[in-house]
Amino acid sequence: MKKYQLGEFEEIVILTIGVLYNDAYGVSIKKEIETRLSRKVSMGALHTALKRLEDKGYITAHDGEGTEERAGRPKKYFQITALGKRAMDYTRSTRNDLWDAIPKIAFKLSGGH
Amino acid sequence: MMKKTRSTPPALFLRFFRWFCNPQLRDYIEGDLFELYREREQQQGKRRADISFCFDVLLLCRPGIIRPRQPFRNPNYFAMYKSYFTIGWRNLIKNKGYSTINVTGLALGMAVAVIIGLWVYDELTFNTSFQNRDRLALVMCKQTNNGSAYSGTVIAPPIEDPLRNQYGSHFKAIALTSFPGSRTFSVGDKQIVNTGRWVQPDFPAMFSFTSKYGNLKTLNDPSSMLISSSLSAALFGNADPTGRSVRIDNSFDMTVAGVYDDAELKHSFLADTHFLMPWENTKNWLANITDWNNHSCNLYVQLADDADLATVSKQVSAIPTPYISQWKEELMLYPVAKSYLYGKFENGEPAGGRIQFVWFFSIIGGFVLLLACINFMNLSTARSEKRAKEVGIRKTVGSLRKQLMGQFLTESIVVALAALFLALLLVQLTLPFFNVLGRKDMSIPWSALQFWLLLGGFALFAGILSGSYPAFYLSSFKPVKVLKGTFKAGRSAAMPRKVLVVLQFTVSIALIMGTVVVFRQIQHAKDRSAGYLRSGLITVNINTPDVESHYDVLKEEVLRTGLVSGMSRTSQSPAHFSNNNSLEWPGKGAEMATVFFRNVTVTADFGKTIGWTIQEGRDFSAEILSDSSAMILNETAAALTGLENPIGETVTFNKRTYTIIGIANDMITQSPYDPNQPALFVMKGWTGTAMLRIKPTASIQQSLATLEPIFRKYNPSTPFTYQFVDEEYGRKFSDEERIGNLAAIFATLAVFISCLGLFGLASFVAEQRTKEIGIRKTMGASVANLWQLLSKDFLLLVVVACVLALPLSFWFMNDWLSHYAYRTVLSWPLFAVVALGAIAIALFTVSFQAIRAARANPVKSLRSE
Repeated sequence: MKKYQLGEFEEIVILTIGVLYNDAYGVSIKKEIETRLSRKVSMGALHTALKRLEDKGYITAHDGEGTEERAGRPKKYFQITALGKRAMDYTRSTRNDLWDAIPKIAFKLSGGH
Repeated sequence: MMKKTRSTPPALFLRFFRWFCNPQLRDYIEGDLFELYREREQQQGKRRADISFCFDVLLLCRPGIIRPRQPFRNPNYFAMYKSYFTIGWRNLIKNKGYSTINVTGLALGMAVAVIIGLWVYDELTFNTSFQNRDRLALVMCKQTNNGSAYSGTVIAPPIEDPLRNQYGSHFKAIALTSFPGSRTFSVGDKQIVNTGRWVQPDFPAMFSFTSKYGNLKTLNDPSSMLISSSLSAALFGNADPTGRSVRIDNSFDMTVAGVYDDAELKHSFLADTHFLMPWENTKNWLANITDWNNHSCNLYVQLADDADLATVSKQVSAIPTPYISQWKEELMLYPVAKSYLYGKFENGEPAGGRIQFVWFFSIIGGFVLLLACINFMNLSTARSEKRAKEVGIRKTVGSLRKQLMGQFLTESIVVALAALFLALLLVQLTLPFFNVLGRKDMSIPWSALQFWLLLGGFALFAGILSGSYPAFYLSSFKPVKVLKGTFKAGRSAAMPRKVLVVLQFTVSIALIMGTVVVFRQIQHAKDRSAGYLRSGLITVNINTPDVESHYDVLKEEVLRTGLVSGMSRTSQSPAHFSNNNSLEWPGKGAEMATVFFRNVTVTADFGKTIGWTIQEGRDFSAEILSDSSAMILNETAAALTGLENPIGETVTFNKRTYTIIGIANDMITQSPYDPNQPALFVMKGWTGTAMLRIKPTASIQQSLATLEPIFRKYNPSTPFTYQFVDEEYGRKFSDEERIGNLAAIFATLAVFISCLGLFGLASFVAEQRTKEIGIRKTMGASVANLWQLLSKDFLLLVVVACVLALPLSFWFMNDWLSHYAYRTVLSWPLFAVVALGAIAIALFTVSFQAIRAARANPVKSLRSE
């Protein structure tokens, strides 16, 4: 039952949008992920993920201002929708369920090595 | 100014990005790219920023970002076309009557055109299976005397030798061949009768025969023969028959050396050639002919690659001239490619042939199609005037003229395509019938691309043509005028329609006239007295020595059955005397050199069996021994000699002298359309046919059943085969009857289509004038008055068409009849009857609608709207 589909990278992006709250647009999301997770994010990967999230209805976008360093091009700000929130909750709870289901002994054994 | 000093990212990559990026995302991503670029430029320098920019662009080039293959487009486009079809369909459904008339009429016309097209194609592709077709020629001879000339395909065998030895360099191959003749093949207890030819060895290669078994180059050996795959299958089943021996006519044996595939010969003049036997066989009497006067076989040549037909034809033309004294004889080469369609010669010169039928039917097909298209056009234009309001509304709402045109055109194309579909269905269903009628093996070439392109192209053309009037005219309406109701299609709008109706009926009436005349001519020839009674007369071939030696016993036994009133022998069936030779008599003038007499060898009881009447002198008698040199002439022959008292005169025929003992009445043995031909009867010579008359009181079936065992008893090696003389005689009419039948079908269809159109127009007019009729009725007009009012206009058109069609068809049919020597006379009453008939049919068609409209309740029509 893939009720809410959210890939690993998509999950990171939507979480970051949440973190940035009102200031989530392309460059800021990229920087935020890069600093917080210390991983390189290409524009291509990011925008593909954003488009997919938008198509799924997890985030919405609205136009922002165009600044000088953007050569007048508008920013596109993203917000999490209610559906997006549910998808995030669902992903989180399934993760938690899985965490809880791991028997304690599994960690002990692996630690013993 | 600030901007200008700022550096820009690599232009090429930026352009590339702009090109591939989805336009909906482009601005935002571009903004992000710029922002990053500026930042990196400040932090890392321009060079590093440029490189990063390039990488970013390249990494952006992925499915989610790249623009969709079809760029941003106006989604209304599709909806618009969909709406065209929806509205078109609804219009069709709403006016079921009109749509049915429209589609049926067009479908009938198309079906006729397709059938005729298939027939024409079939005719044009006859004899095209030979690979060397363009290099093959038939050697013909042309005989000239006293200014009149005759050209024929039958030549004397001796001309082969000079062609081969003196002019051999012009030819790749030369082959003499006999006419197809039938033989009986026996293998074990299987006996099969089939037709084939004696041919010289190159024949199979010239006509590109392909081998199924064995070797086809073996006709040099006089005892080996080639058979067709169908004869092989009938005799030997699926086995390879090469090397097997076959008994022919129970008189000689041949070895099968090869089997050729006859499937590809089906559509050529070799269709009935099921065996090829070597020319040099001793049984082929043609091979021994040395007389230059004996015209008895065909000669085909294949030209050398560098030879030109006309030049070679001229060079060889004089070959037979020195050997023939009576007239001037020349040779000429005629291309095999033309021999089928252009096979007719008049006065020695090519004079068309079957190509005339091809033209004739092409024209009929074209006309029927034209009639159907006119219907289609008339009805759609008439209907479209009712849609003026729709045009007004559409324009007010914002339709462009272009779009309205598109809509009307789409509608008529939809109708044309529906008609095409129906037409193909009709053709598929009726083709077997037409195949029987036209003696063809036609089928719809479902897989041929050209066929579909042609049909599709035509449907499109018809649709556009008939849709063009509403498309261009209606779409130009001013919405204000139309919607206010001041618009009225003027008288001028109906004018072209009237002209088209006149054209339709002119063509239909002319076709009917033509058909009636063809049938009159056939009937005229059928009514002609044959000079003898045909019923009950049968002929049986005497093809083996067995019958020959037991003929007298056989005859006695046959007569003893009591079912047969007479039996005799003759060289040819009376249905067709084929031999033609010259006769010498005292006082014969030089101008008579090219007059030939049908010469027939008979036995003494021939006259009694066939039932001729002796006008002068006496019949042959078996008792009078001197009758072996007696001759009987027919009336025409006697008149031709110019002898005052021919009885007792001595004449020379075939280098022997005969005494004329009697004059018999004329009998039709050739074309019933030609004048009677001179014929002579003698008792000396080969008589290969037995002729029997079954008594009129006896049942034919029963008599044949009784006769069969008698014939089998004396001729055990051959199946009992017989021909009915009246059937053979009837075949003389088959060409004309076939044309007559086809013309009748097409003419009927033409009239039907025209009436269909008239019916549609009449109902349209009646509907248009509903209010007028209502008012007239309330004012006291009677049904008769109204009927007259509505029918008058249409009737006038048909009368005009009659006036046009009469002289036209009279002229054409007179021309056609002039080809026949024995012909019917065209009379005005006949034409008047046809014209009246056409008017009556048209009146009936129109009245149906007119009376219905006139009988309608005026209250209803006046209250509407």
